[in-house]
Amino acid sequence: MIEFKNVTKKYDNDTILDDISFTVQDGEFVVFIGESGCGKTTTLRMINRLIKPNKGNIYINGKDIADEDPVKLRRSIGYVIQQIGLFPNMTIAQNISVVPKLLKYSKEKCDEIVHDLLEMVNLPFDEYAHKYPSELSGGQQQRIGVLRALAASPPIVLMDEPFGALDPITRASLQEDMKTLQKKLKKTIIFVTHDMDEALYLADRIVFMDGGEIVQMAEPDEMLANPANNLVKSFLGERVNNGHHLELKVKDIMRTKVVAVRKSRSVAQCIKIMANRSIDSLIIKNEDETYLGMVAISDCLTAPKNQSIESLVNRDCPIVCKEDDAKTCYDKLVESKQKYCVVLDEERKTVGIVTWATVARAIAGAVWGGDE
Amino acid sequence: MTLNMVVEHLMIVCVAVIFTVLLGLPLGILAYINKKAGKVILWMVDILQTIPALALLGVIMIVFGAGKTTVIIGLVLYSLLPIVHNTYLGLTEVGPAIKDAAIGMGMSKLQRLIMVELPLAFPVIFTGIRIAAVTSIGVAVFGSFVGGGGLGSILYRGIHIQNMRLILSGTLALMVMAVVFDFGMSWIEKKMKTGMGYKN
Repeated sequence: MIEFKNVTKKYDNDTILDDISFTVQDGEFVVFIGESGCGKTTTLRMINRLIKPNKGNIYINGKDIADEDPVKLRRSIGYVIQQIGLFPNMTIAQNISVVPKLLKYSKEKCDEIVHDLLEMVNLPFDEYAHKYPSELSGGQQQRIGVLRALAASPPIVLMDEPFGALDPITRASLQEDMKTLQKKLKKTIIFVTHDMDEALYLADRIVFMDGGEIVQMAEPDEMLANPANNLVKSFLGERVNNGHHLELKVKDIMRTKVVAVRKSRSVAQCIKIMANRSIDSLIIKNEDETYLGMVAISDCLTAPKNQSIESLVNRDCPIVCKEDDAKTCYDKLVESKQKYCVVLDEERKTVGIVTWATVARAIAGAVWGGDE
Repeated sequence: MTLNMVVEHLMIVCVAVIFTVLLGLPLGILAYINKKAGKVILWMVDILQTIPALALLGVIMIVFGAGKTTVIIGLVLYSLLPIVHNTYLGLTEVGPAIKDAAIGMGMSKLQRLIMVELPLAFPVIFTGIRIAAVTSIGVAVFGSFVGGGGLGSILYRGIHIQNMRLILSGTLALMVMAVVFDFGMSWIEKKMKTGMGYKN
């Protein structure tokens, strides 16, 4: 557990961090985001004591890090930076085993670590271990950068915009790797970025900083749903607009052109209506216009033609209220295996239906944007 | 001109360069670690370089008397500049990201220096050694004025008796030595740089 208590950092009269406090749980992936100069990197670099706070304390597992030997502390915390910082005078294997060597692991143990780690990111040992960093592509170098940070299995890993300098495709692939690694290794990760997509993809929790203060600390979904202020909203950009799709109500996606008939109609009349409109079922309503149920054409065709339709009504179709969350429709459709949901208003009158096609269109709209 | 003289000249230069490295490397490292001391050290080696070689040898001779010791001390003082400077420069120029990574990973100051900074600075330091060696070949000529021997005495004699052949043969020998040193050490330098992944 990492805990910041009232931490302040000033350079001369510039306040970089203004009295910030927060807690990161073990195994949590926390992403710090904000504009340049918001204090996110300073916060990260305080955790391994590369920067000392002017005021306040930082605790790791309850121990104040100010009391610890910085060199020892740093060996127990993984560190990945944007400029990668592999040592060009060392081979890949030597780079990865730097911290294990500092911790005086045996040579065999170091070799084993290098083997295991390279295997984990699908870089064959025989091909890569004895190359120098300059012989690798940027993406490969940063993969090694991440492995180097993990080599001595530190419980905490600090990552300062690690993928910021990579091209988008490489970045996406490293983000994916990172997510897989995290699932496997369950490290406490402090990750700094200015890329909201990256934050939303990787984070368990996002900490949004501005002017040395924490503006919002929330899970990605929560941040999307309720951005704390306009700056957060502008960072979320398009995704907030997508966010309103996440809050879609049934009434936003339902089809309103529905055919409903009174229960007093005869079976023959109902068959005619369905035939005229090329539909295979009808909504049946009570005399007071409230919803009664549905009839299917197959039932009508086998029944006596002059009978009242009321006897054929079934209530298999799931019912949702028009103010319900759109997701309810989807859940009910899946559960009931029916072709559609009937949407009622507060007075139990039929106002629309939601079919599989309607749901698909709404999801497409949320994912790819565009009009519905 | 005898082969003995060439060997003697080379000996003087080599011994001087070895001592310069032994003295200059620590000074350069100190200048890098301690900025305040660094300023004084760099300023002092700069000053040493501005003293004319002959004058420097003369001053040293007053203390140590005539002989090889005087020549070697003179050469050491005179070649300090490139070695101290390049050591300082090489260490300073190691990329900030690499230094940051080294600190962040938990290397102590000494470990950083030995494992990362010195190996990375070494090609630059070696350039300093090469420059020191090549200039020393020329400066060592003045050694004959303070009784140090070497090829300087041939030139000295040649000038005195106005013997063009003597002067030219001495000069040629010195030039060949300088070129061979320069070429050989440049080759090693290049090898080092590519060997350590300095491809670009």
